[in-house]
Amino acid sequence: MAVTIKSPHEIELMRESCKRLAIVHDEVGKMIRPGISTWELDKKAYELIKELDGTPNFLHLYGYPATICASINEVVVHGIPSKKTILKEGDIIGIDMGLIYKGYHSDAARTYGVGKISEEDAQLIRVTKQSFFEGIKFARAGNHLHDISLAIQTYAESFGYGVVRDMVGHGIGTALHEDPQIPNYKAPGKGIKLRPGMTLAIEPMIDAGTWEVEILEDDWTCVTCDGSKSAHYENTILITEGDPEILTLYRDGREV
Amino acid sequence: MSKADVIEIVGVVKEKLPNAMFKVELENGHQILATISGKLRMNYIRILPGDRVTLEMSPYDLTKGRITWRDK
Repeated sequence: MAVTIKSPHEIELMRESCKRLAIVHDEVGKMIRPGISTWELDKKAYELIKELDGTPNFLHLYGYPATICASINEVVVHGIPSKKTILKEGDIIGIDMGLIYKGYHSDAARTYGVGKISEEDAQLIRVTKQSFFEGIKFARAGNHLHDISLAIQTYAESFGYGVVRDMVGHGIGTALHEDPQIPNYKAPGKGIKLRPGMTLAIEPMIDAGTWEVEILEDDWTCVTCDGSKSAHYENTILITEGDPEILTLYRDGREV
Repeated sequence: MSKADVIEIVGVVKEKLPNAMFKVELENGHQILATISGKLRMNYIRILPGDRVTLEMSPYDLTKGRITWRDK
């Protein structure tokens, strides 16, 4: 396995790429409301990415047909945007997207409630997001990769939730998916030793019910096997000697 | 975008079942239940017993798979 260490110049380009992605996420997030179609969200994301001199990296990746993944309720990830998919009050929707800027990739995901949502769903979203932050407490040079994975799993499972195993986070840099694979549960072994200069996309996917998922006939849409809702939260981070730098959040920690 | 944790493996179709499911025998002798990928289905690729196929399997359930390619 070849995990790349980014040079200071490359790190700066990653920052630029991730900063732009944070802006696009912010703008798309503002559009989430009952009555809007996921196609409109996708269109806005595409236009804004191009405006910021970026290129969407999901589009045409392994044949994926859109700029964003719009994953509603029991769809875990990789929901394909459509004019026929209209958000309704009480839905929860995961928006995942990335872009390439000057050759460097960024990747981030957020889950939103549409209008008023139930307290259970609000908790699922909160816990999923917090499991990311629990995980990155261990994201520092000298620790091992699965320290992050175990922290995510332990936190999410303490609420009785299922931690998706079939989909993983990943290294990121000049390609969207680089080594290593980053499971959200404690896989066998310790995982690679973390070193400064690694850029990783950590993305917990947490289900209210079972962790088991299946892929639908469109070969993309990934759903929970028991129909329970699922939330997703992701940021691209930089490993340093100290605290990790979360590249896809604004510098002052303001939520995108 | 998340990366799928999949195992790609080759097998031979043993039996066609209803609902576009197949019994596939892997190189290690295991028989698994496989569905057909949407891409093959869309292009009306027929799969028959005896065909050599490539499958995607989840490492978390080694009894099931998805046929993603049929060798000519």
